Amino acid sequence: MAAAVKAAPTREEALVEFLLRLGDNTLILGHRVSEWCGHAPVLEEDIALANTGLDLIGQTQLWLGLAGEVEGKGRTADSLAFLRDVWDFRNILLVELPNGDFGRTLMRQFLFDAWHVLMLGRLTESADARIAEIAHKAGKEAAYHLDRSSDLVIGLGDGTDESRRRMQEALDYLWPYVGEPFMPDAVDQLMAAEGVAPDPASLRQEYDATLRRVLGEATLTIPQDPFAQLGGKTGVRHSEHLGHLLTEMQWLQRAYPGASW
Amino acid sequence: MASPQHPSIGQVWAWLDAVPDPEIPVISLVDLGVIREVRWEADELVVAVTPTYSGCPATSVINLDIETALRDRGVGKVRLERRLAPPWTTDWLSESGRAKLEAYGIAPPQPAGGPSRCPHCGAASVSLVSQFGSTPCKAQWRCDACLEPFDYFKCI
Repeated sequence: MAAAVKAAPTREEALVEFLLRLGDNTLILGHRVSEWCGHAPVLEEDIALANTGLDLIGQTQLWLGLAGEVEGKGRTADSLAFLRDVWDFRNILLVELPNGDFGRTLMRQFLFDAWHVLMLGRLTESADARIAEIAHKAGKEAAYHLDRSSDLVIGLGDGTDESRRRMQEALDYLWPYVGEPFMPDAVDQLMAAEGVAPDPASLRQEYDATLRRVLGEATLTIPQDPFAQLGGKTGVRHSEHLGHLLTEMQWLQRAYPGASW
Repeated sequence: MASPQHPSIGQVWAWLDAVPDPEIPVISLVDLGVIREVRWEADELVVAVTPTYSGCPATSVINLDIETALRDRGVGKVRLERRLAPPWTTDWLSESGRAKLEAYGIAPPQPAGGPSRCPHCGAASVSLVSQFGSTPCKAQWRCDACLEPFDYFKCI
């Protein structure tokens, strides 16, 4: 499979790419979040993180399942998740970043959820009924995730000196990764022209409003630098972290090809 | 078309109403609202099932339980159909399901977003402990009067 997106994809190629992006975002973030299982600061948060990861992995099965179906080469959600190498992944860089401390994990979750809710909301109006159905289902779960991550970002931001410092550091660290999902490329333009998906840039204003509301209440300062790290969703350049994540996530299928239970 | 020797659709619904939810066995799959349609296609029985949460691990157990229950009743050909739209909502929990949940100690979902009262002592003053509970469909709350923790069935 080609390492990066072609300059002028066909409609079908673009659709597969677009579905891989949606499914890889939820897959990689779901896996990251699951790394907290058994390690979270309190039991309730451990359970909450595991449940959030579970929702994301469930959504992955729907998106990657549809990607495989549209592609028509016999690949399933499982084979797409476990048998592609790092350059074939199409997730945004934000979700592959290591968890860091609990504060950074929650800040990353909030920054993702705020975009996810908007994107899924718009996808419920997709010209592709299969996409609209999945978006409607996933949107309910994402709305709940955003409620929770917003609450925690506010609680920790407007918390103790220590928790506030960590949340501001998390926000500053993650900020260069916030812009990527809003940057359109040839795939996005084709999907928008076909009515399959919104122009990603059109979500930014509402996204910024969510950030101002929640981060303002959290007494945190939103960085002003508009620089955005790119390369994840196009597959051009992932960070070094994704390969390490895949090594663990794909280990069983690599060591014992075709293993099932 | 249903031939005369087929069990009726009403009969199949009654059988499914006897299949317990694998995680919350006091309610049936019909109470939970996940069975969306039952129909005969020639000699094949098709059951449309919707997932509660897209990643709920109980989904595969639910499917297996449906198949087993129907085969045990002599239905030879069963096909399960995953139905995503419209997405599952707690509005589909039956009235009897809501009552059984509360009797079991799980507060039923409320449109207001939180339990209306403690399922143990009935006190109205309750506090949120965590937005997620022991399964994807539940949150953890605590009663301010009897201090007992309890599960709340999330409203979606």
